[in-house]
Amino acid sequence: MSTLSTSQSTQRPLYVGCATGFSGDRTDGAGPVVDTLIALGGGVLNFETLAERTLALAQIEKRKDPNMGYEPLLADLVSPVLKRCLDHNIQIVSNFGAANPQAAAQRIFAIAREQKLRTPRIAVVYGDDLTEPEQLNFLLKKLGTNIDPKRVVSANAYIGAYEIAQALNDGADIVVTGRVSDPSLTLGPAIAHFGWAMDDWHKMGCGTMAGHMLECGTQVSGGYYSVPGQKSVPGMDQIGFPIAEIRADGTFSVFKANNTGGLVDDRTGREQILYEVHDPARYLTPDVTADITEASITEEGLNRIRVEGIQGHPRPAELKVNVCYDNGFLAEAEISYAGFRARERAALAGETVRKRIGHLLPLRIDLIGAISIFGDDAGELMGKGLPEARDVRLRVAGVHIDKSIAEKILREVTSLYCCGPAGGGGVRTSLRPRLDTLSCTIPRESVPCGYRFVEEQHA
Amino acid sequence: MTSIFQQTVQLPLYQLAHGRAGDKGNTSNISVIAWSPSCFELLVSQATEGKVAEWFGYRHPNKVTRYVLPKLLAMNFVLEGILDGGVNDALNLDTHGKGLSFWMMDMPIEVPQALAQQLSIKEYSKQAY
Repeated sequence: MSTLSTSQSTQRPLYVGCATGFSGDRTDGAGPVVDTLIALGGGVLNFETLAERTLALAQIEKRKDPNMGYEPLLADLVSPVLKRCLDHNIQIVSNFGAANPQAAAQRIFAIAREQKLRTPRIAVVYGDDLTEPEQLNFLLKKLGTNIDPKRVVSANAYIGAYEIAQALNDGADIVVTGRVSDPSLTLGPAIAHFGWAMDDWHKMGCGTMAGHMLECGTQVSGGYYSVPGQKSVPGMDQIGFPIAEIRADGTFSVFKANNTGGLVDDRTGREQILYEVHDPARYLTPDVTADITEASITEEGLNRIRVEGIQGHPRPAELKVNVCYDNGFLAEAEISYAGFRARERAALAGETVRKRIGHLLPLRIDLIGAISIFGDDAGELMGKGLPEARDVRLRVAGVHIDKSIAEKILREVTSLYCCGPAGGGGVRTSLRPRLDTLSCTIPRESVPCGYRFVEEQHA
Repeated sequence: MTSIFQQTVQLPLYQLAHGRAGDKGNTSNISVIAWSPSCFELLVSQATEGKVAEWFGYRHPNKVTRYVLPKLLAMNFVLEGILDGGVNDALNLDTHGKGLSFWMMDMPIEVPQALAQQLSIKEYSKQAY
């Protein structure tokens, strides 16, 4: 296994901040993170913007316009902080390249030019995109599916931290990736900074879990945590995004940007360290099998926690791949009932729709305000009795490969205005193409990934 | 009250713990993180795989696995097959099952009187323990 140059090996801690937790997150988080990194003498700024399906949506945009297909809010994220990052030795490492890292790099060049900054050295990581016809055929065979390759929207391998680390060692100011494992955005800079060997599984585990704590943005610093009267978080309107201080021995601390709201304590830390973890002894990424069974989280001070006891085991043999494909249409339609017997009227409306089109496609019926989120598609919980409710919104949802069938849900709910129970109002309908995902693992050799520096293309 | 058995009261799990749900495919993981070591002990003995499977029974989990993490005062429950297909297939508004942690939080737990009195404090400030 390859190791990286240790020329930059140093005992100084590495500071990595993360200013978004998903595509669609707040875009004003980076400023305080960057100011805090400057005060600490530099570091790395992550933007994590790729959820499972974001990439498929980006591919659709790229098909429409070959200059698109990267994070749509990229300019909003980068513009406010690019000057400060370039002036203060803060590297930006992000998966906001989505389906088109090249175009994302060009957009950043344009921002630098508009702001009259020096031209940044931008590296893109490539190889995650597996949509070449022979790659797709290989994947579909591996998945054992007979779906038409024409229905495939995106196919991406989750690649790891190595290419990011190499690009940083080669002097990149900014590393733009498509699909990489989220924690690799943090592990890559740590490998470059400390010169860790790629098979030093303990260190790979530590850097990965530091990335795991950061990758959901404020979910470790008071976001997604508050329950009024039970778990209070100050200043939720200005929650600070998190920063990790990663040390050469692999231990790390997590705190938040200066002069912000939010909360970092052992409880927010525990909720996040277990987030989307299955077996705590086997948290799989392309880089390592991380193990948190002996991990501990302790408060080191106000809004600062220390994470220790992370272990690492050899990385999985193969890489995970997600294949996204068109799969029909999702129809949703809603109508509201309020006042006496509102729940009964909404339920009658739902049954009426079911009688008319329930034979054409499976329907899900929710009574929002009485029972919706906790319910199951089969309606078993609803059948166990309903709370009284005087302000209820009927929701009918269904999926069909044939658009004209899916559309019937919209028409049937709309017609409840006149043909349904008394007092229905506020109909809203939506019909959206649906994307489904299939996953498998494939040999690393099938994913020829790497990185390259890109040149600014002048129009 | 007998001298042998401590009298208990039934409390919802959220009086003893907090937690968060995450999803991968059709599988949900829900953390249950105790407010204190005494809450943790009680939860380990009562929030068993079987009891949690029963509590989520209407969603027909294929399998429920519990991982216990004493150093974090936490348990991680992995519930397979409870998301009606998950983010791709489910027709639920909350296809990720983000809200399911709050279904877990309502699970009834038998709590000894002495501990229950401590837990009746409204805000879960650290000073309470």
